[in-house]
Amino acid sequence: MPAIEIKGLAKTYSTGFWKKQTHLALQGLNLNVESGETFGFLGPNGAGKTTTLKLLMGISFPTAGTATILGKHFLDPEVRKKIGFLPEQPYFYDYLSAPELLDYYAALSGLSRPDRAKRIGPVLERVGLGDVGKKQLRKFSKGMLQRVGIAQAIIHDPEILFLDEPMSGLDPLGRHEVRELIQSLKDEGKTIFFSTHILSDAEALCDRVAVIHKGELRGVGVVNDLRSNVAGKSEVIWEGAEALPAVRSLLVESHVTGKSVRGIVQSANLDSLLEKLRQRGGRLISVTPLQGTLEDYFLAKTTEEQAVKL
Amino acid sequence: MTSRLSAITLNTFREAMRDRVLYNLILFVLLLVASAPLFGQISIGIERLILVNVGLSSISLFGVIIAILVGIGLVAKEIEKKTLYTILSRPVRRWEFIVGKYCGLLMTLVVNAIFMTVGFYIALLITTHGLHQADANLLVAIYFIVLQFMMMVALTLLFSSFSTPIFSAIFAFALFVIGTFGEDLKNFAAMSKGAVKWLTTGVAWVVPNFASLNVISQTAHDQAVSGGLILFNTLYAVLYSAAITAGAVLIFERRNLK
Repeated sequence: MPAIEIKGLAKTYSTGFWKKQTHLALQGLNLNVESGETFGFLGPNGAGKTTTLKLLMGISFPTAGTATILGKHFLDPEVRKKIGFLPEQPYFYDYLSAPELLDYYAALSGLSRPDRAKRIGPVLERVGLGDVGKKQLRKFSKGMLQRVGIAQAIIHDPEILFLDEPMSGLDPLGRHEVRELIQSLKDEGKTIFFSTHILSDAEALCDRVAVIHKGELRGVGVVNDLRSNVAGKSEVIWEGAEALPAVRSLLVESHVTGKSVRGIVQSANLDSLLEKLRQRGGRLISVTPLQGTLEDYFLAKTTEEQAVKL
Repeated sequence: MTSRLSAITLNTFREAMRDRVLYNLILFVLLLVASAPLFGQISIGIERLILVNVGLSSISLFGVIIAILVGIGLVAKEIEKKTLYTILSRPVRRWEFIVGKYCGLLMTLVVNAIFMTVGFYIALLITTHGLHQADANLLVAIYFIVLQFMMMVALTLLFSSFSTPIFSAIFAFALFVIGTFGEDLKNFAAMSKGAVKWLTTGVAWVVPNFASLNVISQTAHDQAVSGGLILFNTLYAVLYSAAITAGAVLIFERRNLK
């Protein structure tokens, strides 16, 4: 049984007062996330990532479709006890201290007073806020607030975590710390569903990713498989710039430095390139297969439509 | 359910306390107590009457202003600042959120009223050189003011559940003014004919009747309030508040948050 099963989830927003216009924010999303998996939900700004999370969290209601979390309807209160949610750029009651905030959220999640007292200290320690005392949240830095956000999401020890852009707006050190935190939750076996447009974070943490663009799912799969989908290019370096005009049509890109030429070629064209270089007297220095990146896959999926239009 | 409701109630109360809403009452109490000797000097013989009218009307007005100012932001602020997102992702039902908010603000106003009542009685003690049997009647007037708060909180919460804070404040204050002249509206309805009669009668029944909850003048003149009126007003305020809060819940249950 998947931990999260999204079936045809769609959301249309109406805008305007007199003349209503509809905006399709999410189109029939189908997605499964397995238990214990760290799943990256990728897409550019406005792609539908936050809309999906809002629907799953019961913040807004789907126009069509449904979802199950841990085998139950996603709005079932029993399910809600087992999930934690960190919204994008979270804001918390700034008149509370971190322990007060966690106590409030733990109470809302159904934890008894003794359980709350037992968990608050260790959770604050875990997110690196063990020494904040009774300082009000209005005096916290952005990075500290993000850590409070993660603390409130895990205070009730949920099985599944939904994190919306958890590294957004953080400095490199803050990003590193949050990444470490997510890694440790992953190591504990939590199912983590996080949306991001920072691909290096997804590449470092995720088992699988999905790419969404303009409300539509463009691709989903294991990170390594997706990388290899967009791989298939090789870097060829040779000496003999005079051979370049004859082989330029086979190259994706090329750079000339003195007598040496560095060219990128699709693997399918590699043999033809090497043959022509031999014929034109080019002296081969090296051939290196290139590893595809998640960014390549992401760009391929989010620019598909533009390419077709062009 | 109880723990979630009490958590939301206490957090709403704590927010009001830490936003220093209640500090206005300290100012009020100090002003009232400090000005008490003046009443004796400027209004010989009717100093008690003036103090009761000014004091109780101030408790009512201060409370209503706080109810509107805090109430209009109860839901809107949580949506705007997205604090609601982390609440609704938990096993909190939307009606629990609304009812918890209602109880939290009412608790704030009741605590406010208690402090102001203490200040008022101190002023009364100083002005009239002691408390008398008739002064106990004033507690009924204060009880009715609290009933008025119950209804105002429900109304501001209703508007806050679907409107912006500014419009909520305008709607709530307009209803407070109309409700204060509720008896006049009923009298007008009784004198009218045809469609106007139906319309004004309908409006008179829908808007809160704050006029029937105002016994300040009566108690200031040492006239006792009947047990029947206390019972009727209690039932009226409870049922009216419950109906309006239910309306707020119905709206909020269907609301898509952006």
